[in-house]
Amino acid sequence: MKTAVQQAHANSRSGEKTFQWFVAILLTVGGLLMVLPFAWMILSSFKTESEVTQIPPTIWPQHFTLDNFKTLFDSMAFGTYLTNTLVIVLASFFGLFLNAMAGYGFAKFKFKGKGFLFYLVLATMMVPGQVTMIPVYLILNQMGLTNTMMGIVLPGLVGAFAIFLFRQFMSDIPEELLEATRLDGAGEFRTFLQIVLPISTPILAVQAILTFIGGWNSFLWPLIIANDEKLYTLSVGLSLLKGQNESQFALQMAGSTFMVVPIMIIFIVFQKYIIENYTISGIK
Amino acid sequence: MKGSSQKLAPYLFIGPSIILLTLFSLLPILLALVISFTDMDLSGLVNYDHIRFLGLENYKNVLIDPSFLKSIGNTLFFVIIGVPLVLLFSLSIAILINMGKSRAFKVFRVVFYLPSVTNVVAVAVVWSYLYNPTLGLFNYVLGMMNLDPVPWLTDPTMAKISLILLAVWRGIGLNMIIFIAAIKGIPGSYYEAAQLDGANTWQQIRYITLPQLRYAIFFVSITTMIGWLQFFEEPFVMTKGKPLDGTLSASLFIYNNGFQFSKFGYAAAGSFILFFAIIAVTLIQFRLQNKAES
Repeated sequence: MKTAVQQAHANSRSGEKTFQWFVAILLTVGGLLMVLPFAWMILSSFKTESEVTQIPPTIWPQHFTLDNFKTLFDSMAFGTYLTNTLVIVLASFFGLFLNAMAGYGFAKFKFKGKGFLFYLVLATMMVPGQVTMIPVYLILNQMGLTNTMMGIVLPGLVGAFAIFLFRQFMSDIPEELLEATRLDGAGEFRTFLQIVLPISTPILAVQAILTFIGGWNSFLWPLIIANDEKLYTLSVGLSLLKGQNESQFALQMAGSTFMVVPIMIIFIVFQKYIIENYTISGIK
Repeated sequence: MKGSSQKLAPYLFIGPSIILLTLFSLLPILLALVISFTDMDLSGLVNYDHIRFLGLENYKNVLIDPSFLKSIGNTLFFVIIGVPLVLLFSLSIAILINMGKSRAFKVFRVVFYLPSVTNVVAVAVVWSYLYNPTLGLFNYVLGMMNLDPVPWLTDPTMAKISLILLAVWRGIGLNMIIFIAAIKGIPGSYYEAAQLDGANTWQQIRYITLPQLRYAIFFVSITTMIGWLQFFEEPFVMTKGKPLDGTLSASLFIYNNGFQFSKFGYAAAGSFILFFAIIAVTLIQFRLQNKAES
């Protein structure tokens, strides 16, 4: 009797092991399909143009070359695009600061019209970009900001979702702590800078990564507002490159690699914060 | 003194955000509504006297515009095929990853999430290359297996499916993370009880995991559907709506009319029709969900 139970146990354990392997293999195959386009992109970016059009295609570059990347910066204006993209990223960090301020305002103060204003903020989340695209263009045009960096940056500076997340997080900051700093004579803004922001590091970290990714990837709005190539972002430049060099695939892959790899690195380094944040908010 | 600064402080904190959101999110909705009743175009932009009030004419015209109707049809095609695929894959992968006992399974979260964070233009450029009829990897692999080449982006229907493939690949990650978070929230005691009753893995998924994920599934299907109704970047970069308007989405139609042809009024009318369609579809989803609940 006892042996039969042990037997069953051993069976289910080896069954469990087989099952774990089965799941792992299934996920590995799926995972390989997920990374295949990236692998192909990176490998192709180091090939010569003639090797890229070669049939049968090579997997590993036969003649490893950095020429494609050189062309991006020498003959194309990828240096300028990169600078513009980084300016947008910096500006979006300022926007992040404004979001944090608004989140704090909604989390820790009682004031007239609070409920109404908060619903107003949430309402903006539901408006599709297509509807506001044309009027925002007209408003910026009226302000004389089309074809300027300001016009590219301003409309996306603050976002309801980020404000909402900050408010959620900052609501949990103990009231006594804020009272204590106020009694010490610190102004409201100093309390925010020296007490609230440092406590909010976890949510700031998540938002900072998402903000960086968003800024780095910004595409549609710069495309609409910028007529001048001097204001193009990397994404806009890349779509231009695709349009104008339809058959130069190695060059296109180099441009894509240049856009994607920095984000990959940042994401892999910081992914824990992003993924854990979703997990936390999911349990709550 | 202190009292007055206390009263003012919250407005200073929320002020900048409220102003920006009003200026670039709320005001534009009203403005879009007004513009949609006019013939606003480039000349109207220079001189407001050139703008005429048209009433509902834009709406009437856009609703019989074959190109717009085609774009609505395409968008529905994207939604009907794309949304279930994203749901199915992100949910299955989340469940599989969660079954893993080893820490190594955490790597899969990163791998499957990766396409979601990468730049859509770069990704579209790469997939255009993979889809290339003669040089592309996909047709080469098919050829190796003695299969006929697929007209990935050159046939109107196939081009739609190709764009869906790419967008599903990109869409899995974020939704998978949401599902993983929701699965982690299911009490372990449910599974222990089921195991004592002798339920196998499939039965546990069928009778515990899926019912417990009801809300997450609803949330993901709503957000995914809204996303697909606004499908834009992939067709914009890869196909420009070609061939034969086969991949022209409603958003691309609005963008083309607004910013290529500068027909602001006409495009605004199109955008409101899309907006109402999104609201209607979302409300229907909520209705169905409530019915299923009761």
